[in-house]
Amino acid sequence: MNWRRALIAGAVAIPVLFFFAWGLTRDPGEIPSPLPGRAAPDFALEVFAPGEPPLARAVGDTVRASALKGRIVVLNFWASWCLACRDEHTILSQGARAYADQPVTFLGVLYNDEPRKGNAWIAEMGGQSYPSVNDPGARTAIEYGLYGVPETFFVNAEGRVVRKHTGPIPAAVLKGILDSLLAAPRAATTP
Amino acid sequence: MMRRTLVALALAVAGAGAQAVPESLPPRADSALEARTSAVAAQLRCPVCQGVSIQDSPAELAQQMRGVVRDQLAAGRSPEEVKAYFISKYGEWILLEPEARGFNLLAYGLPALLIVVGLGVVAVVVRRNSARAPAPASAAVGVDEEP
Repeated sequence: MNWRRALIAGAVAIPVLFFFAWGLTRDPGEIPSPLPGRAAPDFALEVFAPGEPPLARAVGDTVRASALKGRIVVLNFWASWCLACRDEHTILSQGARAYADQPVTFLGVLYNDEPRKGNAWIAEMGGQSYPSVNDPGARTAIEYGLYGVPETFFVNAEGRVVRKHTGPIPAAVLKGILDSLLAAPRAATTP
Repeated sequence: MMRRTLVALALAVAGAGAQAVPESLPPRADSALEARTSAVAAQLRCPVCQGVSIQDSPAELAQQMRGVVRDQLAAGRSPEEVKAYFISKYGEWILLEPEARGFNLLAYGLPALLIVVGLGVVAVVVRRNSARAPAPASAAVGVDEEP
């Protein structure tokens, strides 16, 4: 009779343990975005931080997502009050320089912050190689389904979101994604 | 003359006040829009909170999302279309109550199923125990009778 009880207990416990184990492999803070694979939401946002040559854009210029088609876009949402943004700042700034001669555009989007504070933060961090735009009312952030900062979206040359990275982006991840995106069109044309 | 001037001034102020009142009060259409906004916002989860709707959350992002809900309703979108917009951006996670279809049915059906199974297990155990109960009683009688 005991073996029957053990069998029933096992039949109940094993699936429960399996689900617990599966749950441990997942990050509860990370909610999958429905955006990858879809067309990147369009925006028209004003530059408040120009960046540095050769990637600089004039303050007051309007950057439109639709105008970036044909280029790979690294869209990084950040804020001066965001501590984690400090961790990735150098990686992104150096990354933008490293890919300056490639069809890659880095763009910072200020999230729920003031441009004045954003510029002060950039100065404190020793500069930013690529420009940043302001997002009043977080309308673009909501269009991209933003949960918090930092979050980085990768848009391919066809204007589709291919990847979203939540939290500070490691240099290896940034390089890996960009290299694969840059290789993709070449791979497509190779017989 | 002075009194007449004061009266005229008072009337002018009162008139200005009377004109200001209708402007400060939201028109009826706005209050209806506000009610519809609240109804939709109460169904959408605040992304930067824990289990709170964007209607109840004071978080900046929640208030901004509420603004988007209001703007879309004002532009003529239906509540379902507004919800669909947020689902397209955040996934179904954004709904405080998942829609009762597909895999989501598990969330609605499983608790009821577990209650039924639990009650079944309790019923079986109680029946078995009550069936066994007379045996120890007769054994006890037997023990008493032995000496």
